[in-house]
Amino acid sequence: MSRTYVGMPAFPRAAARAVDDAVLRANLRRATHTIRDRRAAAVAELADWAQLRTAAAAIKDRTLRHLDHYLLRLEENVTRAGGTVHWAADADEANRIVTRLVRDTGEREVVKVKSMTTQETGLNAALEEAGIRAYETDLAELVVQLGDDLPSHLLVPAIHRNRAEIRELFRDRMGAWGRPAPEGLTDRPAELAEAARLHLREKFLRAKVAVSGANFMVAETGTLVVVESEGNGRMCLTLPETLISVVGIEKTVPAWRDLEVFLQLLPRSSTAERMNPYTTMWTGTTDGDGPSAFHLVLLDNGRSDALADVTGRQTLRCIRCSACLNVCPVYERAGGHAYGSPYPGPIGAVLTPQLRGTASPLEQSLPFASSLCGACYEVCPVAIDIPEVLLHLRERVVEGGEATVRGVRTVVRPARRRALEGAAARAAGLVLDHPAALRRAQRLLYRTRGLHPRRLPGPGRAWSAARDLPPVPEESFRDWWARTRGDGAGRGGTA
Amino acid sequence: MRVALFVTCVNDTLYPATGRAVVTLLERLGVRVEFPAAQSCCGQPLFNSGHRRPTEPLVRRYTEVFAGYDHVVTPSASCAAMVREQYPRIAARAGDGGALAAAVAEVAARTRELTEFLVDVLGVTDVGARFPRTVAYHPTCHGLRALGLGDRPRRLLEQVDGLRLREPAGAQECCGFGGTFAVKNAAVSAAMGTDKARALVATGADVVCAVDNSCLAHLGGILARRGSRVRPLHLAEILASRDGSGA
Ligand code: SF4
Repeated sequence: MSRTYVGMPAFPRAAARAVDDAVLRANLRRATHTIRDRRAAAVAELADWAQLRTAAAAIKDRTLRHLDHYLLRLEENVTRAGGTVHWAADADEANRIVTRLVRDTGEREVVKVKSMTTQETGLNAALEEAGIRAYETDLAELVVQLGDDLPSHLLVPAIHRNRAEIRELFRDRMGAWGRPAPEGLTDRPAELAEAARLHLREKFLRAKVAVSGANFMVAETGTLVVVESEGNGRMCLTLPETLISVVGIEKTVPAWRDLEVFLQLLPRSSTAERMNPYTTMWTGTTDGDGPSAFHLVLLDNGRSDALADVTGRQTLRCIRCSACLNVCPVYERAGGHAYGSPYPGPIGAVLTPQLRGTASPLEQSLPFASSLCGACYEVCPVAIDIPEVLLHLRERVVEGGEATVRGVRTVVRPARRRALEGAAARAAGLVLDHPAALRRAQRLLYRTRGLHPRRLPGPGRAWSAARDLPPVPEESFRDWWARTRGDGAGRGGTA
Repeated sequence: MRVALFVTCVNDTLYPATGRAVVTLLERLGVRVEFPAAQSCCGQPLFNSGHRRPTEPLVRRYTEVFAGYDHVVTPSASCAAMVREQYPRIAARAGDGGALAAAVAEVAARTRELTEFLVDVLGVTDVGARFPRTVAYHPTCHGLRALGLGDRPRRLLEQVDGLRLREPAGAQECCGFGGTFAVKNAAVSAAMGTDKARALVATGADVVCAVDNSCLAHLGGILARRGSRVRPLHLAEILASRDGSGA
């Protein structure tokens, strides 16, 4: 049974569990620190990185502004090249389309290229319900599938597993999915890779249908692009008779030449490579070469809602490189699963509440899953100001306001349980806006110095559980100033 | 040159020594600093928690209180970043025909974090301080990434007589404070702070210094709870020190 994200707890609770898992934290720390240092080195090699980044953001912004136009061009050109385009408003519709397309071929199994979009729609579970088996062919994705697990990283979905754990999974589970692992398998990376290779080769050679996503779609030619490292993608995209690609509408770029920018940014940001090993591009179908049937399923699933939001829409520039995950101190400690979606880390914290809306506790908690340290924004190759979007979404959760939900302009109500916090915030705002009141509050604090407990009650407990409180001084700065310098120089406004 | 001190509510209430140190330091450098008593909080705790509306009056107050000064100096990178980065965004949504936005544009550009004021405006790095201790400098996120303070704090510290400067491993990583993050995601925040505290202790420093007392309250609290003798101290207090006691 494929696991899903339904009913995941709010971020703080899931994150707290992960913090206590020493093996998980060690795995994540090792993996993210290695890739983060390598990325920094790969990026430092390019003198024009900043310009590339600006160009990428500009290309994406222009495309998004005219997305309706570019999508129609894309459809036109894919169709002209022999492909068929399907439009899916949401995850269910996309899954229904793919299920029907697979059924029409008469096949009962498909091979899959690693795809975030089909994780987002929960395609594997939908296919399974229809009696169709989906085989993941990306190494890490295979590890996740064998372990009946959920991905925890955009690029390395099994980043939470170490080699010893993977060896055990291969030994115990591979047989149930096809060719078993070789006898006496050790946890040497080369042996693990060989076991996966043998296991998967059987699938590649047998499969008649493949399902993929895409990194880019070129509107002017109708070309799709998949960027990968292992070659499993190339196998899936070329060997089967039918290819079905499920792609988010924001993956469009206007012209072929735009790829020049993104194909430099993506590998350096994600795997710290100058160039990724396999870049597969295809345009519709070609007689006697590759799949003879090609279907493109264009997925909205909340993207138009995000696009309607002036501050939030920059999120749709994302090229899923995972650089923001690898530098994120919160992700490193909370792990990917705490984000409750296939999109973990900083990008997940801003993308998920926009795609799914902010009606339930998990989505409401995600914008707060950040210390706003800004490391994500610094490394993002398409310059998404993630802290800005986080603050924007916090406001939506706390104060409500206008948002587009499933295509309808709606006034979102403040989240439940935030009403009390809202009242407290207004009270705090009132005190802070009246320095005389602030002064009274300060003096009360100092007068009661001797009475303060070392550990705080109520919400303060979360602070004092791990930290001593700073000593309370005898007088405020403003009282010291008034005592030693008189009221001098108080200008502009009244106390 | 008219210079106002924006001390910030945290320093005003819990770290008055930092405010006094800024006054001592600036006066020693020949700057007469004024303290407009009508100042309050920059609004960051509210705004970062999603409460934009109650923040707006504090933005307006700030622009009124600090109008007319050549420079507004503050010993908090994070409050300076709030004013320079977030005030324009908040003002843009005030719905008052751009009045607040214009006022913000005026005053935000003249708001400077202490080390910016010292290095960029006064053009000094040797402020005549003496502090014969081993000090680890922690570059806070807002100073590092939002304001781009770069090596200004380091250049100032390097000139302090007797001071031995240490760089902790993973210096650029967040300490885990993050305002209400420390309470809303307490487990992750404490884990981040604990790792940071370990890195600081490993430098062998007696003092951890930063340009934000809020981060230092978090780090100092964790260090103290762990029984460490590393003590937190704001950069201003080191720069104001002449006898090594920390202002
Ligand atoms: S938000 Fe930016 S850094 Fe993060 S995955 Fe997307 S493109 Fe990469």
